[in-house]
Amino acid sequence: MNKIDKHIINALQDGFPICDAPYRQVAAQLGLTEQDLITRLQALLDNGTLTRFGPLYNAEQMGGALTLAAVKAPKERYDEITEIINAFTEVAHNYARSHELNMWFVIATETPEQIQQTISAIERQTGLTVYNMPKNKEYFINLKLEA
Amino acid sequence: MLDETDRKIIQATQAGLPLTPQPYQAIAEQLGLPADDVMMRLSAMQNSGIIRRIGAVPNHYKLGYRFNGMTVWNVPDEFIDDLGQKVGQFEFVSHCYHRPRHPPEWPYNLFAMVHGKSQEAVDKQIQLISDLLGNYNLGCDVLYSTKILKKTGFRTSA
Repeated sequence: MNKIDKHIINALQDGFPICDAPYRQVAAQLGLTEQDLITRLQALLDNGTLTRFGPLYNAEQMGGALTLAAVKAPKERYDEITEIINAFTEVAHNYARSHELNMWFVIATETPEQIQQTISAIERQTGLTVYNMPKNKEYFINLKLEA
Repeated sequence: MLDETDRKIIQATQAGLPLTPQPYQAIAEQLGLPADDVMMRLSAMQNSGIIRRIGAVPNHYKLGYRFNGMTVWNVPDEFIDDLGQKVGQFEFVSHCYHRPRHPPEWPYNLFAMVHGKSQEAVDKQIQLISDLLGNYNLGCDVLYSTKILKKTGFRTSA
């Protein structure tokens, strides 16, 4: 990742225009050609520097539901538990964390009822207790990270 | 409210925008809609907050942010809204939430995600939060993410 890539990552975390030729518009601001921007973006996605590029939807605003949940996965079953939990399409993110509660994942569903159904299914398939921690309130969310 | 066409657009774009010179045109063609309609609907969804933003989501680790801590705090419920607002104002906090406790093993109700390129940087951030909470800090812990096991973003089949 070089300086140009960093500029691209920083600029594209601020938003992306909705217009006929948005890459051309952003490329001009960055002093790049449209094709160069597209090629670099593709490379950043391919090598995993960017996990996504596009609209970030707010699941709750769409009538869906979201929660953060955690389990205590025994060390010897960690890979197996990871596989079971990741297999749920409702699980959007899953992180290993340093704590007795060592696996933390976000469940996103189309309806609030499906959250509880997913949790029950995960408990059934893993035999573990799922600690459900839905947000009571969001104080702040900043999606930008300086490259 | 979202209608059927909005949902089609959401479905077509939730994995990402096409990397072609006219991405909205490409989506419109795929869905058999006028490009202007797709752009107007995306703008409307952005204005109403259904789309938080259109843009890039970096992998923290790849940008050098190897120390990603979920700091969790036990603060009195009657003060949490005020404290949460203040903690959220630190520029190094990316997310700040009030979540339910699960006593006795999980007494924490305030969550703040912090990100740093070194342990020292994150330690300093945690100290700043701790200083701000002062006597309202009844206990805390920091859970570092050691691995991303999955990160697909939200998918809907609607």
